[in-house]
Amino acid sequence: MAKGYETVIGLEVHVELATKTKIFCGCSTEFGGEPNTHTCPVCTGMPGSLPVLNKQVVEYAMAVGLATNCQIHQKCKFDRKNYFYPDNPQNYQISQLYLPICHDGWVEIETEEGKKRVGIHEIHMEEDAGKLIHDEWGDCSLVDFNRSGVPLIEIVSEPDMRSAQEVIAYLDKLRLIIQYLGASDCKLQEGSMRADVNLSVREKGSDVFGTRTEMKNLNSFKAIARAIEGEKNRQIDLIEDGQSVIQETRRWDDTKEYSYPMRSKEDAQDYRYFPDPDLAPIVISDEWLEEIRSRQPELRTEKLERYKQEFDIPQYDAEILTGSKRLADIFEATTAICQKPKKVSNWLMGETLRLLKEHDQEPEDLAFSPENLARLIQMVEEGTINNKAAKEVFEQIFTQDTDPGAYVEEHGMESVSDEGELRRVIEGIVEANPQSVADYKGGKKKAIGFLVGQTMKAMKGKADPGAVNKILAEILDK
Amino acid sequence: MDILDLTAIQLGEKIKKKELTALEATEAALRQISSNESTYHCYVTVDEEKALRRAGQVQEEIEAGRATGPLAGVPVAVKDNICTKGMRTTCSSRILGDFVPTYTASAAEALEGAGAIILGKTNMDEFAMGSTTETSYYGVTKNPWNTEHVPGGSSGGSCAAVAAREAFCALGSDTGGSIRQPSSFCGVTGLKPTYGTVSRYGLIAYGSSLDQIGPVAKDVADCAALLEVLTVYDPKDSTSVRREETDFTSALTGDVKGMRIGIPRDHMGEGLDPQIRASVEQAAKALEEQGAVVEEFDLSLVEYAIPAYYVIASAEASSNLSRFDGVKYGYRTEEYEGLHNMYKKTRSEGFGEEVKRRIMLGSFVLSSGYYDAYYLKALRTKALIKEAFDRAFEKYDVILGPTAPSTAPKLGESLKDPLKMYLGDIYTVSVNLAGLPAMSVPYGIDEQNLPIGVQFIGGSFQEKAVIRAGYALEQTREWHMPGSKKGGR
Repeated sequence: MAKGYETVIGLEVHVELATKTKIFCGCSTEFGGEPNTHTCPVCTGMPGSLPVLNKQVVEYAMAVGLATNCQIHQKCKFDRKNYFYPDNPQNYQISQLYLPICHDGWVEIETEEGKKRVGIHEIHMEEDAGKLIHDEWGDCSLVDFNRSGVPLIEIVSEPDMRSAQEVIAYLDKLRLIIQYLGASDCKLQEGSMRADVNLSVREKGSDVFGTRTEMKNLNSFKAIARAIEGEKNRQIDLIEDGQSVIQETRRWDDTKEYSYPMRSKEDAQDYRYFPDPDLAPIVISDEWLEEIRSRQPELRTEKLERYKQEFDIPQYDAEILTGSKRLADIFEATTAICQKPKKVSNWLMGETLRLLKEHDQEPEDLAFSPENLARLIQMVEEGTINNKAAKEVFEQIFTQDTDPGAYVEEHGMESVSDEGELRRVIEGIVEANPQSVADYKGGKKKAIGFLVGQTMKAMKGKADPGAVNKILAEILDK
Repeated sequence: MDILDLTAIQLGEKIKKKELTALEATEAALRQISSNESTYHCYVTVDEEKALRRAGQVQEEIEAGRATGPLAGVPVAVKDNICTKGMRTTCSSRILGDFVPTYTASAAEALEGAGAIILGKTNMDEFAMGSTTETSYYGVTKNPWNTEHVPGGSSGGSCAAVAAREAFCALGSDTGGSIRQPSSFCGVTGLKPTYGTVSRYGLIAYGSSLDQIGPVAKDVADCAALLEVLTVYDPKDSTSVRREETDFTSALTGDVKGMRIGIPRDHMGEGLDPQIRASVEQAAKALEEQGAVVEEFDLSLVEYAIPAYYVIASAEASSNLSRFDGVKYGYRTEEYEGLHNMYKKTRSEGFGEEVKRRIMLGSFVLSSGYYDAYYLKALRTKALIKEAFDRAFEKYDVILGPTAPSTAPKLGESLKDPLKMYLGDIYTVSVNLAGLPAMSVPYGIDEQNLPIGVQFIGGSFQEKAVIRAGYALEQTREWHMPGSKKGGR
C-alpha cells in the first residue's frame, strides 16, 4: 500500500425497546409466539385501523437520549416512510424524519488509543416490520406480523469512528447504557440490537469524505469487526486499482467473509416522507422531561466506581461485573442477601463466567436466582458442603436454578464433620496402604496425597479435605 | 300514514309508544329497497336477513326497557367505506370487492349501540374520490329526483337512499364536501362535524387529516339526534377530541334572534348558478325576518382552497391506499410473475381511473424535490384558510352560503372534465381544510325541479350554532322532507 488510508465509519443502530405492548396498538411484543397470534387490525394494516402511540416508547427514547447527552425535541412528530414490501402491512413505516425525538448527543468511548467522543446525530422512534418466511416446498412466501409494530429506536451516529475497535467500543457503550436503562436487552444475535455500518476510506490528512457504502446483516460484534476489515480492504483495493467506490448498500456474508451489493444509489427509493396525519405531534412538557431525568438509574461508570469504593472490588473485577447489566444485577441482589460481596464476586467471576463460556452463552442469558447463589455461599461458609461439592451444586443452580439445600440433601452431599467416623475410615486406609505410609515416613511427604485421595474416595467426596489432611498428619506423624 | 314518510325521530317515538315495531319499520324499508333499487341503485350491499334478525333483537331490547334512545329500532344505511364486521365493505372499489372486515368502525358501533338497525352499505365514489358517485366500480347511483341526474358524491348512495326513502337516515363521510354536496343534490340534510368529533377508527381513510363521518337525514332534528349518538371520545383514534356540551338537540329551538350571520361575498360571485344565489338570498331574508343579523363580508383565500385541498388529500390518499396491494386482503390479479408484477397488475386492475389519478398526483407532490413546493405550501395555505375563518367567527355566529355552485348535473357530464368537477367543491373544501362543522339544508328547487342546498358553517365545535340556524331556516320552508309537500317523484 503506497499511501496511508484512514477509515471513516458511522453507525445506524436499531434497538428493539422492552415495552410489553407494541408502539401503536395493545398487542404483546413477546418473542416467539405462533405466527400472527400477537396481531390486531392496527399491526396488520387492516383498512380503517388507526395508530395510538405507546407512551412508554417515548419515555424509553427520552431516557436513552438523556443518557447519551442528546438534546430533546420537546415537540416532535411522526412521519410516514412510504415503500412497498410485504412484511410492511401498510406499505409505509411510521418513523421520524423531520423532527426526531433526540438530536446532537455524544458518548465517550475508550480504546487502546485512549478516550474519545463519538457524536450522535439523532435518535428517532419507529415501528418494526413483520417477518417473511419463504416456503421452499410450497413455492410461496408467508408473512408473520407478530413483530410488526414492535417499537424500535434508531440511533444514528456521526461519522466519527476510525477503526473496528472504536466501533465495537461504541456499540458496547450503547449496549450498556440501554441495558442499564432497562430500555432493551440489546442482543445482537436475536436481533434486538442491529447495526448497519456506513464506511468510506480516504487518504490520511484529507478533510473530504470518500464515497461510502452501507453494510447490513451484521449480527455479532465479531462479524462487525470482520466486515469493517473486509470492506475497508475492498475499498482501498478499488482505489489503488484506479477504480471508484460505488455508493450502495451491501450485505455482509460472515461465513464467506465477503460483502455483496444489495442495491445501488441509482435504484434508491424515494420514500416520500410526510407527517403522519393519524398521529398528533408529541409535546414533551418540561415536567415530563424532568421526571424522566430524575428517574434515570445509576449507569455503568458510576456503578463501577461504587463497586470499588463500597465493596472493595478490584478494578478488573468491577469492570467485568458492571460490563453486563444482568451480571451487576445478580451481584447486587446476591450481596444484599448474603452480605458477602467478595464471595459473590468470586462465584460470578469464576464459575459463572466459565460455565457461560462452556454453554456458549452471554451474561444476559443468566437465569438463576440470587437467592440460590446466596444460599450456596452460606452453605460453604457454614461448612455444610465443601468447595468441590459446591461447584457441582452450582452447575445445577446455573443450569436449572435448583434449590441448593434440597439438592445437597437429596444427593447426600453434606460434608462429614463427625471426626470420629472420619478418623475410623482414615485408620482403615492407613492400615490398607503400608507402602504409602512407609514412603511418607521415609521422607516422601507427597505420598500423603495418595492417602487423602483414597480417603475422599472412601467418603464418596463428602469429607472436608482440610479435616482429612489434619487427621492423616496426626496419625502418620505419631 | 306511510311509515316511510316518518323522520327517524318520529319513527323512534312511534316504536317507543308501541304504535310500530322495529321489525315493521325494517320490513317497510326493505320492501322500498327491493322495489326501487333497480332504478336508483343506492346500495352496494343489502343484508336483509341480518337486518331482520337484528330488528327482532332490537325490538326485544326495547320491550325489555334496555334500548331507550331516540334511534332505537330505526333502520339506517351506512356508507361503504365504514367497516362493518361480517358485512362486506368495498369502498365501491374492485380492489376491496370481497373484503369482509374483522371489526366494526367505532361510529357504526355507536349507531348500533343506540339501537339502530343497519340495512346495508351504500354506494359511493370509489374510495370517496369524486363528486358524482359515478366512479363506483359497482355502477352509478341515480338521483331520486330525476334519474337522469347524478346524486352527487362521494356519499351519493347514502343521500339518495334517504331521499328515496330506502333508509330513514344514513352515515356519510366528508373529506371535501362528500356529505354536504350530495345532500344538496338529493334534497336531504347532511352535517359534517368538527374534525375530531366522530371517531375515524374503522373509516377507510382517504385524506386522514380531512375525513369526518357525519349524519345524512331527512331534516335538521334527525341530524342533531344522530350527531349526539356519534359524538363519542374514542381512545382508538388519536385525533378524537373529548367534546363538552354534546346535547345537540337542545339547539333545535327555532330561535335566531340576535344571531350574527355572515355571507361571504366570495361564495356568491362568478360561477354560481343564479337560482342558487337567489335561494341563499331568500334564506338570508327568512332568517333576518326572524331576528337574525345578516351581512356580507370578504372571507378571502377562497381561490386557494381547491388547489390546497387536492394537494393535501391526494398526498395522504397516495399513502393511505398503498396498503391495498393484493397481499393481505381484497383483489389480487390472476396471473403474475414475481412480487412487483403482482403489485403493479393488482393495483392497475383494482383501482379505477379517478383513484389512480389522485394516487399519482399525491405521489408526485410528496416526491423528493417537490415536497416543499407543493405539500408544505398547501399545509401553509391550510393554516391561512383556518385563520381567515377564525377572523370571520370573531364577527359571526355562523356563515351562510351555497353548498355547491350548481344543482345535480346529468349523468356522464362530470367525469369528462375532472378539473371542472374539482371546481364544484369550491364552497365545501375550505371547511374541511379548517376542520369546521357545516351543514347543507335544502332550500328551494330550481327550474329543472332539482333541489338546492344552502350551507351553514360554524366555528370549531360550534355545531349547535349551525343546528340552531339550520333548524330555524327549515321551519320557514314549504316542505320539511323530500317529497312531503313539494318536490319531485
